[in-house]
Amino acid sequence: MLILNILPISLQQGLAYALVALGITLAFRVLAFPDLTVDGSFPLGGAVAARLIFEGVEPTLSVAVATLAGFAAGSMTGLLNTRLKINSLLAGILMMTILYSVNLRIMGRANIQLLDRPTMFTFMENMDISRYIPVIIFFLLVTVAIKALLDIFLHTEYGLALRATGNNEDMIRSLGVNTDNATVFGLGLSNALVALSGALIAQDQGFADVGMGIGMIVAGLASIIIGEAMIKPKTVFRLTLAAVVGSFLYRFIISLGLRLGLAPTDLKMATGFMVILALGIPAFKKSREGKIHLRGI
Amino acid sequence: MSDNILALEGVTKIFNAGTLDEKRALDHIDLKVVPGDFITIIGSNGAGKSTLLNVIAGTYLPDDGRIMIAHQDVTRAPEHRRARYIARVFQNPTMGTAADMTIEENLSIAELRGKRRRLKWGVTEARRKRYSEILKVLDLGLEDRLKQPVGLLSGGQRQSMTLLMTTLTLPQLLLLDEHTAALDPRTAAKVIELTETMVTQHKLTTLMITHNMNQALRYGNRMIMLHQGRIQIDVQGDEKQQLTVREVIDKFGTTLKDETLLACGPTPS
Ligand SMILES: Nc1ncnc2c1ncn2[C@@H]1O[C@H](COP(=O)(O)OP(=O)(O)OP(=O)(O)O)[C@@H](O)[C@H]1O
Ligand SMILES: [Mg+2]
Repeated sequence: MLILNILPISLQQGLAYALVALGITLAFRVLAFPDLTVDGSFPLGGAVAARLIFEGVEPTLSVAVATLAGFAAGSMTGLLNTRLKINSLLAGILMMTILYSVNLRIMGRANIQLLDRPTMFTFMENMDISRYIPVIIFFLLVTVAIKALLDIFLHTEYGLALRATGNNEDMIRSLGVNTDNATVFGLGLSNALVALSGALIAQDQGFADVGMGIGMIVAGLASIIIGEAMIKPKTVFRLTLAAVVGSFLYRFIISLGLRLGLAPTDLKMATGFMVILALGIPAFKKSREGKIHLRGI
Repeated sequence: MSDNILALEGVTKIFNAGTLDEKRALDHIDLKVVPGDFITIIGSNGAGKSTLLNVIAGTYLPDDGRIMIAHQDVTRAPEHRRARYIARVFQNPTMGTAADMTIEENLSIAELRGKRRRLKWGVTEARRKRYSEILKVLDLGLEDRLKQPVGLLSGGQRQSMTLLMTTLTLPQLLLLDEHTAALDPRTAAKVIELTETMVTQHKLTTLMITHNMNQALRYGNRMIMLHQGRIQIDVQGDEKQQLTVREVIDKFGTTLKDETLLACGPTPS
């Protein structure tokens, strides 16, 4: 009964945040780049979309602009790393910090309410059914479409080069690929997905908040770890599927925890422990066998 | 205009310049290579052999001198821009392939060496057919494992595959850096035979570093020996064919380290 109760909310959130998990998968797993920009690019997507919608811009167009902004943010992290030779973790932290101020500037304050504005979700309010159903269908369609596009992209000539950049950079460079550019583009794409998620979620929840990205990476990593424990990422298709399924399972576990008395304020701590546990268990077992092999971590 | 495919003029590479660790790895190297040359390179540890290939490929930029490939001055060109001319195989079998990607994906990546990579499907049906045909040459059964990740292959299989990958799009220059050194003797012998076959078949201009002097004398039409960043011996044609291991050792044994000498095997008396 409890499980049935939390299923809709887990599905909705799992699918909505699946784009974040896909973005993180692209950076961490495909490019082997531990990108921390996400905590800033997620609210960036929300901030840009919210501000534009608030100013009366068409919601779909606002989302497109927000996605592009995410791409720019990710590319910047890539440029800091490849051109200025700043360590990858630090490059992400720098961008994340800079984006905090940028997001405040974009919104002009700490949050923007969208309840009285027309959003991409407005038409669903007037339907005769529970709001969950159209919202879940909407996020399902978006997530499936993005996952499919990502799968196809990673099998194109350029996509293969991108994957090789994360797998064996020296090799692919000697085969004529400018790996710096590949990294910049890949991180741009990754953060574009994250910002897209932020833009859609801001509309769904009816507001954008400058703090909405805090802990996003850790939650995304938790999702990926859970997903890959269920679905061995032997192919690109399974790798992206693991991100989507993991995102749902993570939200499900969190909702369950909250129902069972976990204080919402302890949520991020619980998520952090989840990741530590998953990454740490093999160290206790003292065997490299079955060690969670997350490239980029 | 000369018909050199590769020309090095006074190429010098200094590591850690201005520090206590300063090391002149290449010292005014002049080298001209004509199309079809199959050059073996020997020299003791630290002689500068790998550095020579790295400077040619653009992994390192030289501190002095000029490098021309196919009449283009590439002295300052970054590695990825030289890829259209150059294919490489390294000592470590893991270096030449992407372990997490499938055999056919690796081949496709290599086929596009130095070319524009587009948003078109990477492993097309036509390519897959071609790869399967080409892999049969290796006689390792890899043609039936196209969709398996390369990481599952043995070192010898990976190295053979890397070698094959260099010829999917024929390079102007093939650079081999002790590419059989990490393999067991039987596999090494097979890979070196494959090398010889491919180089002859495609008339590839090749520079091959080896620690095995028998190999160095047996294969190729020209042999150079490096010592302390300089070319100490450069023999070709009949002179090379008649050279024996004993002669090289008698003349230059003092500059060769034990490893190379040990690798010579029984010397003809
Ligand atoms: N990246 C580097 N940084 C500093 N010194 C280097 C670097 N690469 C090579 N060297 C030094 O340059 C010299 C030549 O090295 P190189 O690798 O070319 O030798 P080699 O002839 O290939 O030797 P080996 O037979 O051991 O492979 C050595 O003294 C080496 O320590
Ligand atoms: Mg070497």
